[in-house]
Amino acid sequence: MTDVPVSAPRNEGLARMLYRFRQSRLSMIGAVMVALVLLFAVFGPVLAPYPEHVAGGVDTAARFQPPSPAHPFGTNELGQDVLSLTMAGTTVSVLAGFGVVLIGAVIGTVVGAVAGYVGGWTDEVLMRFTDLTLTIPGLILAMAIAAALGPGFQNMVLAISLSWWPGYARLVRGEVLAAREEVYVTAARATGAGPGRILFRHVLPNCVSPIIVKMSLDMGFAILTVAGLGFIGIGVRPPTPEWGTLLSNARSYMPDYWWTAMAPGAAMFVAVFGFNLLGDGLRDILDPKGRR
Amino acid sequence: MTAPLLEIRDLHLTMRSFHGEAHVLNGVELTVERGQIWGLVGESGCGKSLTGLSISRLVSTPPGRYPSGSIRLEGQELTALPPRAMQALRGKRIGMIFQDPTTNLNPTARIGTQLVDVALAAAAHDPRVLGRDRAPGPFARKAAARKVAVEMLARVGIPDPEARMLSYPHEFSGGMRQRVLIAMALIGRPELLIADEPTTALDVSVQAQILKLLKGMVSDHDIGVILITHNLGVVSETCTHVAVMYAGNVVERGPVGEVLGRPRHPYTRALMAAIPTRGTARGALKGLEGTVPDLVRPPPGCRFAPRCARATADCAAGLPAMRAAGAGHEVACLHPIEEPADA
Amino acid sequence: MPDPILQIETVSKVYPGRAGLFGRSAPVEALKGVSLSVGRGESFGLVGESGSGKTTLTRSILRLESPTSGRILFEGQDMATISPAAMRALRARIQIVFQDPYASLNPRMTIQQIICEPMVVHRATLGLSAAQRRDRAAELLTLVGLGPQHLSRHPHEFSGGQRQRIGIARALAPKPDLLLLDEPTSALDVSVQAQVLNLLIELQDRLGLTYFFISHDLAVVRYLCDRVALIHRGTLVEEGPTEAIFEAPASDYARGLIAAAPEIRLPA
Repeated sequence: MTDVPVSAPRNEGLARMLYRFRQSRLSMIGAVMVALVLLFAVFGPVLAPYPEHVAGGVDTAARFQPPSPAHPFGTNELGQDVLSLTMAGTTVSVLAGFGVVLIGAVIGTVVGAVAGYVGGWTDEVLMRFTDLTLTIPGLILAMAIAAALGPGFQNMVLAISLSWWPGYARLVRGEVLAAREEVYVTAARATGAGPGRILFRHVLPNCVSPIIVKMSLDMGFAILTVAGLGFIGIGVRPPTPEWGTLLSNARSYMPDYWWTAMAPGAAMFVAVFGFNLLGDGLRDILDPKGRR
Repeated sequence: MTAPLLEIRDLHLTMRSFHGEAHVLNGVELTVERGQIWGLVGESGCGKSLTGLSISRLVSTPPGRYPSGSIRLEGQELTALPPRAMQALRGKRIGMIFQDPTTNLNPTARIGTQLVDVALAAAAHDPRVLGRDRAPGPFARKAAARKVAVEMLARVGIPDPEARMLSYPHEFSGGMRQRVLIAMALIGRPELLIADEPTTALDVSVQAQILKLLKGMVSDHDIGVILITHNLGVVSETCTHVAVMYAGNVVERGPVGEVLGRPRHPYTRALMAAIPTRGTARGALKGLEGTVPDLVRPPPGCRFAPRCARATADCAAGLPAMRAAGAGHEVACLHPIEEPADA
Repeated sequence: MPDPILQIETVSKVYPGRAGLFGRSAPVEALKGVSLSVGRGESFGLVGESGSGKTTLTRSILRLESPTSGRILFEGQDMATISPAAMRALRARIQIVFQDPYASLNPRMTIQQIICEPMVVHRATLGLSAAQRRDRAAELLTLVGLGPQHLSRHPHEFSGGQRQRIGIARALAPKPDLLLLDEPTSALDVSVQAQVLNLLIELQDRLGLTYFFISHDLAVVRYLCDRVALIHRGTLVEEGPTEAIFEAPASDYARGLIAAAPEIRLPA
């Protein structure tokens, strides 16, 4: 008496997503670039050809050597291998970028979900507070926090995160407002489900895709911001290698020793471009409505 | 004898998908003459909408692909036409109406502006749309387009059309919007109108008015209409002819009284048995078992055979050919039902 | 009527006008003093076009909205005045099947989670353990003509007709007495519609359910319902046994509606 079940293997949803993802060459390029960046983030210090330079060792005999087979991106003012420093610097950049995006997403999701779901005055107050936070320039706030708490990895991540969450709050609020009008949410309400159950079982799980997409798109920019703080000298302290600090050092020796800026610049380009392409690809498969 | 208004021959269409290439149209054949309203019916996924979209070449390729087939409008082959020429044909010689009247109107522009734009665009290809043989100056042309738009609104039954020209789409009800879309489709004086579920989103009383309007247009302007619907009641009351589609094939076609009065194909019979009517006793309705086949790997031969109680081994041998089953009535079945419908 | 399960007494609902930039829009009267009564075990059809107020009435019965005036009684109890605890218990006994099977199932949940949800929400009333809930979900899937092998799948793996069966299984999960059916077949193909309608008839005969069937499709209402009420612009136009209304409609509105419904007319 029934229609035949749609024959579908268990992982069809995933396989279908992979299929759609592979349809786009740019997404695949982005995925490869991100994979490369993540590989260096985890194994960078180990894979680096001159691990002693990463640890702070110098080789003044080999200062400012141009690119050569031994040093593909040359050496810096202390004779350290630029490629090794850049590879090792991936860890800090990616970790900091991810920390910023994750903290921002968590705070933003909580604020946005409460505002969108409760509505009324709560919504009004939370969203005006969000707007207020948006008016504070992130970099200035970070500098202020660094001045108050001192520079360092944790303070830097915290400082950037505090200016990062409003985007997520607005996104999640919009998604929650849309999701709570879905028929399956009405169905749950008609059953008698309480607000907690509706929010956590029905509304939020259906807002996850756009959050993930935004996180991926934001990663590149967060890495850039972290590097920016390093560049102006309030990020990670040397000798821990970091892309922004490396670039900042290289600036003093431009244009004569241009290669000192090459590797960190290229690394940032790959990271930012890769995460953006990946984010676009993820949006196409997870959140097709969000495409502009 | 002149060429028919529309002649579709052996039209095949495949769609690339995750599962592989689906054969969604499998040799569709259809001939529409002026003055005829053809109902195109079948379950969802049978290819009726894709047939309509294929005529005006609105199927994107890729993922779509046309391995073979011919679509002729008064003898002119459309499948070989360059995109620009095809665009000129749409809205001019071929009009289209879709199911959802809200999404097909620009919410930020006045109804009048939208109609005048359509009239001017149509006049660019044929100045007679504005009631002249030759294109006049821009101001005269705009005034003429306005006049045509008001006339058309009046003709589709919109009260006080002069004032309504200034309204925005949201000020109209669903039925009124669908009338505006019909006016828009008719303004270029199409010879062929393709209406894809034009009344599905509307209330029955409004549906009755729209269908009456459609019938009036056919008799007044001697046009041909393809009405895509899943509602056999609508077909029975509106259409002159009907083509029943199943899994990308026309399986039965002919004059509406013939086909619905003496359905020969088991699928047509099953569709009719699934509709409750006046005398259907509670619980006596017959659903159709099974689902539309997987079009990536369609069953060999007759695509309805796996769901058909009359199927035999030879049904899998090849696609059954169309054969005569009455006055203008044809059926593609090796074992057509001879006895009359048990009504 | 011997044993009314649901009584609607002069229910009105007025939506206040929306305050906009240029003042307040006029209030909307969605329901104007609607009264009707549904007997236990019967199939009651509510027919209305868009904007007739049938959706507002449905939402009021589910207590998703509260009427501006009038009372809605379930087994003689006024739903507006009973205690919150009694209301929670009562919710289990009124369930709904929605029109659009593609929108009414949470895409992120498995079929088991979907069917078990009402049992989890009403676990205090039903007293079922997790294992018992799972067994009942499997049982319900079999009851609606699908098999227990589908429990771990997601909604997107099913066709429209199958999803509607899942929606019916979910509605039956907390053992309701009254089932609101909000155009449950209008999004389905006729062949599937016939299957779902027959399933509903079979379930009613087996479980002794009361149906409150909301539809604009007169043929479907005629097929399924014992009694029918016509609602137009918030007012009840006509009410009575289905055959009486279809054979001899008293109001102009009913006559017009019945005449407008497309029907297969065969040549004599």
